[in-house]
Amino acid sequence: MRGFLSLFRHLEGPQTAGRGPAFWSLFSLVLVAACAYPLFSDGYTVGNTVYFFVWVFIALSLCLIWGYGGSLSFGQTAFFGIAGYGYGVLTINFGSAYGFTLVALVLAIAIAALFALLLGYFMFFGRIAGVFLGIVTLAVTLMLERFMAQTAGPEWHIGSARLNGFNGMSAMPPLTIPWPGEPLVLFADIGLYYVVLGLLVLVYLGLRILMNSAFGNVIVAIRENPERAEMLGYDIRKYQLITFVIGAALAGLSGVLYTVWGQYITPSSMGMTAAALPLIWVAVGGRSDLTSTLIGTLAVLAAFQALTIYGSQYALVFMGVLLVLTVLIAPNGLVLGTMNWLGRFAARFTQRAG
Amino acid sequence: MSLLELRKLNKHFGGLHVTNSVDLTLRTGEIHCLIGPNGAGKSTLFRLILGEHHPGSGDILFAGENITALKSFARIHRGLSVKFQVPGVFKGVSVRQNLEIALQSRHRGAELEAEIGRLLAFLGLESEQAQIAGNLSHGQKQWLEIGMAISLKPRLLLLDEPTAGMSPEETHMTGEMVQRLNADGMTVLAIEHDMAFVRQVAHRVTVLHLGQVFAQGSIDEIVADERVAAIYLGQAHA
Ligand SMILES: Nc1ncnc2c1ncn2[C@@H]1O[C@H](COP(=O)(O)OP(=O)(O)OP(=O)(O)O)[C@@H](O)[C@H]1O
Ligand SMILES: [Mg+2]
Repeated sequence: MRGFLSLFRHLEGPQTAGRGPAFWSLFSLVLVAACAYPLFSDGYTVGNTVYFFVWVFIALSLCLIWGYGGSLSFGQTAFFGIAGYGYGVLTINFGSAYGFTLVALVLAIAIAALFALLLGYFMFFGRIAGVFLGIVTLAVTLMLERFMAQTAGPEWHIGSARLNGFNGMSAMPPLTIPWPGEPLVLFADIGLYYVVLGLLVLVYLGLRILMNSAFGNVIVAIRENPERAEMLGYDIRKYQLITFVIGAALAGLSGVLYTVWGQYITPSSMGMTAAALPLIWVAVGGRSDLTSTLIGTLAVLAAFQALTIYGSQYALVFMGVLLVLTVLIAPNGLVLGTMNWLGRFAARFTQRAG
Repeated sequence: MSLLELRKLNKHFGGLHVTNSVDLTLRTGEIHCLIGPNGAGKSTLFRLILGEHHPGSGDILFAGENITALKSFARIHRGLSVKFQVPGVFKGVSVRQNLEIALQSRHRGAELEAEIGRLLAFLGLESEQAQIAGNLSHGQKQWLEIGMAISLKPRLLLLDEPTAGMSPEETHMTGEMVQRLNADGMTVLAIEHDMAFVRQVAHRVTVLHLGQVFAQGSIDEIVADERVAAIYLGQAHA
């Protein structure tokens, strides 16, 4: 029981911005608003919001591996794709009865995590770090994209699931929850919204606890100075590998939800652009903080979509400009910079009042 | 009783013979200083002891066990600990968190908080505990890292130039710190250029020159040695 309570103690700490009653009140308010929001909106808009939420998981995975752990990985997109295709292959073959889509969700994430375990083992136990880690993960991602893109022929199938090359795989069943009478089919609107929102809150709070725990301390220590961390007796390879696998699972969750949302997945979801975009969201928000990453990702995605109406070329230029501005003005992230500034402001205000 | 025994340690960096058949024995409970000119191979010897570099030939024995093939973290678990030449603190996090990271594998909860407090007091860093470690002065960083190193309660503490960048008073305080640790049973091997510090703490001194053990003895014997004066102390005392 005490161990369980001490988990909640780790909800706030030095590794995560936002603490105290003010922060948690705001958090509850936002959560209530997020729960009530579908009542005041239409199915299409809600579906679109789900689409935004789906990307937050991969952004958080990058925040964990890169922002906290210090290893720049381009591999998140690969895990995204593997899990997405995994879900497709499993559900197209075995259908959606008896709650199998939920099993497929877990299995698909497990496949991505297993792949990360293998890849990570060779990288971290082979002491590949820094730029080289970026190069290896990018190479793996692009190889997977190339490979999937050439699977157009009918000989490329797993069971009854055709891989379909560049056109991608489609028509997999949505998430279906067995229910007495009629099973609940979660199409990309209100039903899926609440499931994804629930997962998002769970993952966000879970990561807060993880990063403020002893494990998170070691992860940050490895980012700051791997040699010193090892000379305090930590087998840093193990910590890096575990973080990498957790990150892969989160990216995989993104991939499955994306596949479920649109009922398709294509090789371009593992391409160069797809690999670069999460980096921009995370960098712009604030890679070393979960909350900044979450807010930054949603804000950039919304801005990106709004601009796409005027033409996607403007939207991409905007992303570039945003990245340059971030690097110049607030290298730790625009959202994180603003949150720190607000924190200092509030502290001075309460000091003067008290 | 010997705590650490280096047997014919050889290490090459390309054509450079950095440690040349080094034999060195540390007695349990002593403070041993390692001195020698820049580039003599002192820090490299530390990295061999810690397993960051692997010797071309030779053996490292710690408390009777051959640890030559062990990984670094495993050697730390056996009771080794180090403060590096360039202070290796976690720059981006607070002083307090630096100590927490060092202490958390041995202590939990309230006990951990108490240990952190004790260590902050020992290091004289109480008023700096909330500061980001990267903002500390050079001397404070040295102390913080010494604090992290001793938080592991090592049997052998390796200190690579612990007083570099410190004023004479700070150097003296560091010497007293080392003597207190030693009185509690910690064996210490310190690389140092500051002869006042060496005179203050060393029970025995080894001079390393061009990767070889050049001389060994008490501080008075070393200072009186004309050969040592010619290669090293001559310049320092000139
Ligand atoms: N990783 C390395 N690769 C190649 N050469 C190295 C490496 N590390 C050290 N050296 C060289 O080995 C020699 C010994 O270096 P070391 O750092 O051990 O000297 P030191 O006695 O600690 O000197 P100082 O008093 O300046 O710290 C130097 O010539 C150095 O340039
Ligand atoms: Mg040195």
